[in-house]
Amino acid sequence: MNISIQRSNQEEFQNYNVELEGLTLLTVLNHIKTKIDSTLTYSHGCRSGVCGSCAVRVNGREQLMCEYKPNEGDRIEPIRNVRVIRDLVVDSSPIARFNTIASAWSEGAHEENVSEEEMSSIQTQSDCILCVSCYSACPVYAVNPDFIGPFALTRIWRYVSDAREISSDAKMAAIQTNGIWDCTLCGECVPVCPQNIAPAQDIRMLRTKSGMMGYQDPNMASMFGGSLDFGSPMF
Amino acid sequence: MAKVLIIGSGGAGLVSALSAHESGAEVIVVSKTLPTRSQTSMAQGGMNAVLGGDDTIADHIDDTLRSSAGLGDEKQIAFMCENAPDAVRWCNSMGLPFSRDESGEIARRRLGGASAPRACYAQDYTGLKLLHTLYDQCLKAGIEFVNERFLLNLIVDEETNRVLGATFLDIATGEVEEIRADAVVLATGGYGAIYGKHSTNSVQATGDGLAAAIRAGAKLADLEFIQFHPTALKNSSILISESARGAGGYLLNRNKERFTDELASRDVVARAIHEEMTKSGAVYLDIRHLGEEFINHELPQERKLAQIYEGIDPVHELIPIKPSAHYSMGGIEVDSECMSSVSGLFAVGECANHKTHGANRLGGNSLLELVVFGRHCGKNAAEFGAKSPVLALENPQLAKDANFVRGVMYFTNQIDFYQKQEMLANIFYNNVGLVREDMGLKAVLGAIRQMQKELPFMGPKDKSKVCNTNLVEFIEFGNKVELAEIIVVCAISRSESRGAHYRGDIPARNDVMFGAHTITWREGGVLCADFME
Repeated sequence: MNISIQRSNQEEFQNYNVELEGLTLLTVLNHIKTKIDSTLTYSHGCRSGVCGSCAVRVNGREQLMCEYKPNEGDRIEPIRNVRVIRDLVVDSSPIARFNTIASAWSEGAHEENVSEEEMSSIQTQSDCILCVSCYSACPVYAVNPDFIGPFALTRIWRYVSDAREISSDAKMAAIQTNGIWDCTLCGECVPVCPQNIAPAQDIRMLRTKSGMMGYQDPNMASMFGGSLDFGSPMF
Repeated sequence: MAKVLIIGSGGAGLVSALSAHESGAEVIVVSKTLPTRSQTSMAQGGMNAVLGGDDTIADHIDDTLRSSAGLGDEKQIAFMCENAPDAVRWCNSMGLPFSRDESGEIARRRLGGASAPRACYAQDYTGLKLLHTLYDQCLKAGIEFVNERFLLNLIVDEETNRVLGATFLDIATGEVEEIRADAVVLATGGYGAIYGKHSTNSVQATGDGLAAAIRAGAKLADLEFIQFHPTALKNSSILISESARGAGGYLLNRNKERFTDELASRDVVARAIHEEMTKSGAVYLDIRHLGEEFINHELPQERKLAQIYEGIDPVHELIPIKPSAHYSMGGIEVDSECMSSVSGLFAVGECANHKTHGANRLGGNSLLELVVFGRHCGKNAAEFGAKSPVLALENPQLAKDANFVRGVMYFTNQIDFYQKQEMLANIFYNNVGLVREDMGLKAVLGAIRQMQKELPFMGPKDKSKVCNTNLVEFIEFGNKVELAEIIVVCAISRSESRGAHYRGDIPARNDVMFGAHTITWREGGVLCADFME
């Protein structure tokens, strides 16, 4: 089987021929690194889809190497929208940066009992492994590198819809700029999530919640010149 | 303000960081990867705590003590179990999404060796959700993270036996640097990756902290005790959680018959499986009767993993399994304050030996240990650092390690270390695994000593300065070889069977001779071992 990999020190994709079938891409790369080319550089950890280290793009689509089974002719590239450090290893600082800007944490939680249903409503969102596949797939970064982005916004939705959470005001305020309204709801982040999270859907929910809290879509406001308020009694 | 350096960013490191921060210290967390990418993310089953009902803390203590086979410290175990309910409440208060029972309380499941259902869980993602919740809290607290730094050595002032900091390889740039601090906490995890493809562990679990600790003059304890998890996927050693058996899963032999009590402690179940595999060649986990709905709800990860790695769907098919190296009970010898034999050097979590697991750990006690002792350790480190701040002493460690990293690039590469690493994993699984015998252990020791001599003929093939993972893996291999020798020496010395250490040639337990901890240290470069209370 031939697979080709984008290396950071060369223009052309490098081709590797390996006689392995039915294994994961990570197993194939481990084979290449230990038997053929020790300079090939990539990140990995748990081998089982929970540590979030090994996201790459295969034929233009984000995949976890430990869950993807390669096919003849596959083309492997590092994920997008981040600085490549070497080969398939990328700078992971956006994780801390965006989660911090968005205040993606609990402000404190009540101890009272919570129903199974209430808890299961944040189950999927809290399955996130921060592999940043969604970030790679998102087209908004091309125009706004400060966009808080899918994984951090999903994390916000996870905390603000937690029945135990004592306060969500600061979080909702933090995501109004470069946040929920900058998303185009194109949904590119949804199919690439290895944990079946739908960030676009979470962002839609955050918009609804923002609306209920009195926040406005700034794009809508500017569309009408920004100064008109049809709801105002002054009109 | 005391400066506390925490090395390792799994659950134990992050809890210690939060606790040291809360105690007023300036905290810096240094990690070879990213905080959410550590071994803790792989913990599935749960965190033990008695939250009322018919269960009692005395039972939790008893179960843990019994499972430890004489090597658990009753005081340490009592400390852990008594603080367990508060540990769970603390996790809940920062938003850990525990699964709930019908009444809305934190749901609990029964794991092996437990007299009651007491493992609080979040589906089969307990470790993942705990780790991410902790990371979010660390960002909230503004804790400083320095990622992708590989620990080379601890900096110790020889005259005073005081730790001054540590040296690291900045993986991305290839530079060697030092970080000084008033107290250092090792939270670097276990050494299961020595078993390579026969381990459920992350490839990162190479015991770097233990190796650095013994080089720095610290003592290690009970390294021969390595837990084999009964149910890992046969071909990949990927873990299938004990909760699958806790929920009623069966173990079947080749003839599809049950052959053991599925909920006995892990050492017992793993050996029963080993015996059955030797006899009939195959053992399976059967969860088909639990039904698709239950499996999707409670064991979603297990289903996905079995599909990817074994190509079978556990809803309809049997899961082929084998026991695999899973948890390092042994670790850095620490006192009840989590401090090692080097002043100012603390250790916590899997890399430490808190004497809570003894010869065999109970499922659900490792996440508990890292929360309870992490909180304790972070606070102690902060207080120690405030009370006895470190002096800016000159020390040659940084220069030595920078020289080493430069020099290792000139190693001759006549022997392929990846090949040796695979061989080490295989001979370890077969001879230092579930069943050990004097002859086999001594043969492995011979092979390890040969590898130590051959190290200068190995080395990284990749000569890049930038992000050289080949270099990192070679240094990790060095750490594995260093620890492998110690593990085997301990296993040879312990001429008895106890918990996870089972000697086929000496199946009886011998409390008179060996009812004590196997302590190892280096004196003038020579490895010393002794049994101590």
